[in-house]
Amino acid sequence: MKQSFRLKGLDCANCAAKLERALAKLEGVEHASVNFLTQRMSLEGDDARWDEVIASAKALVHKMEPDVVMA
Amino acid sequence: MSRKQRLELIRILIGLAVFAAGWCVPDTLCSGWAARGVFAVAYVIAGWDVLWASLRNILRGEVFDENFLMAVASVGAMALGDFAEGAAVMLFYQVGEWFQAYAVGRTRGSIAALMDIRPDFANVLRGGQTLRVDPEEVQVGETILVRPGERVPLDGTILKGESTLDTAALTGESLPRPVLPGDPAPSGCINLSGLLEIRADKHYGDSTVARILQLVEEAAERKARTEAFITRFARVYTPFVCIAALLLALTPPLLFGGAWGDWVYRALTFLVISCPCALVISVPLSFFGGIGAASRRGVLLKGSNALETLAHVRTVVFDKTGTLTRGAFAVTQVLPAPGFDRTTLLTLAAHAESASTHPLAKAIVAAAPSPIDPAAVANLREHAGRGVSADVHGRTILAGNAALLRANAIEPPADALTLPGSTILIAIDGTYAGAIVAQDQPKEDAKAAIDGLHHAGVRKTVMLTGDNEPAARAVAETLGLDAWHAKLLPADKVTHLERLLNETHATPKARLAFVGDGINDAPVLARADLGVAMGALGSDAAIEAADVVLMDDRPSKLAAAIRISRGTLTIAWQNIIFAIGVKAAILILGALGLANLWLAVFADVGVAFLAILNALRALAISPKEP
Repeated sequence: MKQSFRLKGLDCANCAAKLERALAKLEGVEHASVNFLTQRMSLEGDDARWDEVIASAKALVHKMEPDVVMA
Repeated sequence: MSRKQRLELIRILIGLAVFAAGWCVPDTLCSGWAARGVFAVAYVIAGWDVLWASLRNILRGEVFDENFLMAVASVGAMALGDFAEGAAVMLFYQVGEWFQAYAVGRTRGSIAALMDIRPDFANVLRGGQTLRVDPEEVQVGETILVRPGERVPLDGTILKGESTLDTAALTGESLPRPVLPGDPAPSGCINLSGLLEIRADKHYGDSTVARILQLVEEAAERKARTEAFITRFARVYTPFVCIAALLLALTPPLLFGGAWGDWVYRALTFLVISCPCALVISVPLSFFGGIGAASRRGVLLKGSNALETLAHVRTVVFDKTGTLTRGAFAVTQVLPAPGFDRTTLLTLAAHAESASTHPLAKAIVAAAPSPIDPAAVANLREHAGRGVSADVHGRTILAGNAALLRANAIEPPADALTLPGSTILIAIDGTYAGAIVAQDQPKEDAKAAIDGLHHAGVRKTVMLTGDNEPAARAVAETLGLDAWHAKLLPADKVTHLERLLNETHATPKARLAFVGDGINDAPVLARADLGVAMGALGSDAAIEAADVVLMDDRPSKLAAAIRISRGTLTIAWQNIIFAIGVKAAILILGALGLANLWLAVFADVGVAFLAILNALRALAISPKEP
């Protein structure tokens, strides 16, 4: 499963890089890519637990960058 | 400027005003504590969010957070007694951050404007009424209306109306394209003059415009090696600088009896420049700008990695038909045998070929001096792989290759068998009557394309084709190609490509690009370092298979794209060297006690500022030859 999300309010390159690394370490995530220029994030991972993966990604984004909204 | 940015700017300006006021407070007032108080207020106004974020992050155990490091540097400066310096560090750090966000927002906006090809609505005809709907709601087979000035919302075929289409947003081609009923209307084009009725051939999601937008958005996800290098560098840079700062603060006072205040201060300069922001922003920004500059000219790059590879292309391999040539045959020579005249030869041959679908036959029919009279043709027979025979106006005509004539006991003259291009031999009533030569003509800009590539530093241009040798030689010599290989089967093309890849890779970093139409040469396209598909407007297969997509069918776009990619890479490396150079200089000066915090923060913000401005140049790279 691969899905793209918009990260509204992401305007710091280093934060994007850190977020990318943290997302890649999440359980069930095979590949994560965050781009601060396009303000997009793409996640690739386990089909069976996809909803779980998205929920944990959302929580992580909120924890690391409270100003950023994942949609 | 977003609302958030405006509020930030106001906050920074208030902070600066309070900071300036601090300088006006006399030093003697309350033994200097009045001025310090004002600076502290400026500090809190400018940096409360940094302090808050650092607190939050440190509770999560993240010590190398730039907010935390900046907080330590500024609080440290104040602890050492200089409140003005502490406030200044925070203020200018915030100015730098604000500018970065602003510049990135602007670039994002201008690239979005560049790719602003998304149609907002479609006028669909339903039950005799015109309804304005979302393009996604239009079903295949429905009829849509496109008025002058409107964008074609999805791929379709023109049913009614004549107009001209502006394809500039898709192909970079400024000349409008005239269209008639029956012509395809690619989505994303703007209808310039007449009302058009179009039958929707595809859903919006499968249409050109949706695919291009998806491609551009995903392009940024495929990172270049240079970007990956920066990411790795950034990851070790901050911890390295912080540990160095700690050692610098502790070692000399503990071991060599240095003054604590002096060495701690030197260590603080390290913390001020501990954020690799300038690099992390400016390098991807350069690539993003380069991709934008290319797409404005009708060249879609499927990622920063494609842009980087393009800059290193030293060998370009072309498919012939449809890439360097138009893919349509035209009669170039008519050579009647003694006793026959040109008009008779062409007329009779055209009648004999009138029912054939072979490309050569079509070229001869198109060259006929008078309209074809179907009633004059009888006993038409196709001889597979050889040609045709027919009775025209009562005369027996053979039109085909040497095998066809020999099968009828006619031996063509030797010089007719070595003509350049594809030759059709004609016999009339059992006698050799002459030869007609048809050639696939090079595209108008094919010569300019090859010259442009050589100018752009490409060392070798090669043509691979399934055509015969004389035809291949004629094209290769006209265009000035370095090498060509004819009569190749698809498998042979792969073999040749493998050999050329080995040859190219003998030079470090050199890369090979293959340019084709993306339909017949998928294996070669995939095997090359960089696959370039052209004429992609409306061809899904090409867009899918290639790394670089030329939206129209002009091979000269490739040289332009190489220039843009080279320019982009130069800018990216200028930024890398400049940013790392300045940071290294500040680290050395700081360690020696020669740089104060003012210099450090100005250098850091300045580097980011200049690197971003430099990166923005990538958007405006001109692909013209110097």
